[in-house]
Amino acid sequence: MPTIKMTVNGEEVSGEVEGRTLLVQFIREHLGLTGTHIGCDTSQCGACTIHVNGRAVKSCSLLAAHVDGGDVQTIEGLADGDKLHPMQEAFRQHHALQCGFCTPGMVMSAIGIINDNPDPTEKEIREALEGNICRCTGYHNIVKAIGAAAKEMEQEFK
Amino acid sequence: MYEFEYQRAASADDAVTKHKRAEDARFLAGGMTLIPVLKQRLDHPTDVVDLGDLDDMRGISEENNKIIIGAMTTHHSVNSSELVTNKIPALAYLAGTIGDQMVRNRGTIGGSLANSDPAASYPCAILALNAIIKTNIREIPADEFFTGMFDTALTEGELILSVAFPIPEEAGYNHFPNPASRYPIVGSFVAKTADGVQVAITGAGPCVFRVTAFENALTKNYNPEAILEIKIPDEGLASDIHASAEYRAHLVNVMTRRAIGDSKIE
Repeated sequence: MPTIKMTVNGEEVSGEVEGRTLLVQFIREHLGLTGTHIGCDTSQCGACTIHVNGRAVKSCSLLAAHVDGGDVQTIEGLADGDKLHPMQEAFRQHHALQCGFCTPGMVMSAIGIINDNPDPTEKEIREALEGNICRCTGYHNIVKAIGAAAKEMEQEFK
Repeated sequence: MYEFEYQRAASADDAVTKHKRAEDARFLAGGMTLIPVLKQRLDHPTDVVDLGDLDDMRGISEENNKIIIGAMTTHHSVNSSELVTNKIPALAYLAGTIGDQMVRNRGTIGGSLANSDPAASYPCAILALNAIIKTNIREIPADEFFTGMFDTALTEGELILSVAFPIPEEAGYNHFPNPASRYPIVGSFVAKTADGVQVAITGAGPCVFRVTAFENALTKNYNPEAILEIKIPDEGLASDIHASAEYRAHLVNVMTRRAIGDSKIE
């Protein structure tokens, strides 16, 4: 079995995996980081979205061995102690969740959207969210939260 | 997922060698089709040869009035490339319509072509633009590459290295997305060069195809109105819960008119 090493949320981690182990299984079952969710078996729902080497990806559609040597960020790596990331704070402020199952993927995806397009229109946010499925809220508050977070993030990084 | 031997290729030659030595191997590019297929146990290879380290197969350049795109270049890279946006904006636009953000960050042009999904977006651009597919052993012209549903001219173990797109005078793409999967129900790519106009359609049939009747009319008169009355027969087109063959035939005309910028069609 291959031994793999990667950086997860700034920390070096390693583990033995099978060739067929998915990255999401490695993160959840080997590292115990269960904030990354598995919502479907068909790569459609986006609940498992994390960042690999700075890009939003579905961790259910990547082999763990493929990310050997890579840099991974999960939902657990966003907050700075008790201080939430502006995207997490915006989701809280705008009540952008109901059951919360899709939320980790939504937040990671949303940060990916803002990284590529720091000042998106509402339409652009809705289109960019097409890879994330929420079955509770109807997306309205999620879209609002992402728009608000974009403004916050712009301020913060000025 | 069934078990397989995971192998990581150090170079294109190494990938081909590893593939050849294995009993029944698959190349892994972005994995946006292969991994879901393996998860569903629809395929059972003995070996998976990962192309992820082959950085020389990534990137976009311009040579001899052609845009060369490495096989491992992601849809996001093509969509956000200044070079592609300047020289073939329709191709950059098309890449931005594939899948979703996460898929575009992983999926590659080489993987899409090798898979030849009947509803994949890239094949109609390849065919309409007369692109040339360069593999480890030869160069394959677009009109010989796509041979059927999930079928191409690639031989066992042949690896796509890059795709060369001649720069057209003008080109356009439009598609009617399935509201759930976002795959094109019908997508049309139109390219105008000094030699005339070429129109290629994806999603409508088992494999990407050209529409000669549109091409002849548009070569004479590059205007959406030139094809307004040309009906496409629905024989051989796909028919499923998403759209009937008759509806797809209708969309072939509408999407082609939109591709050449008919803003009057809502």
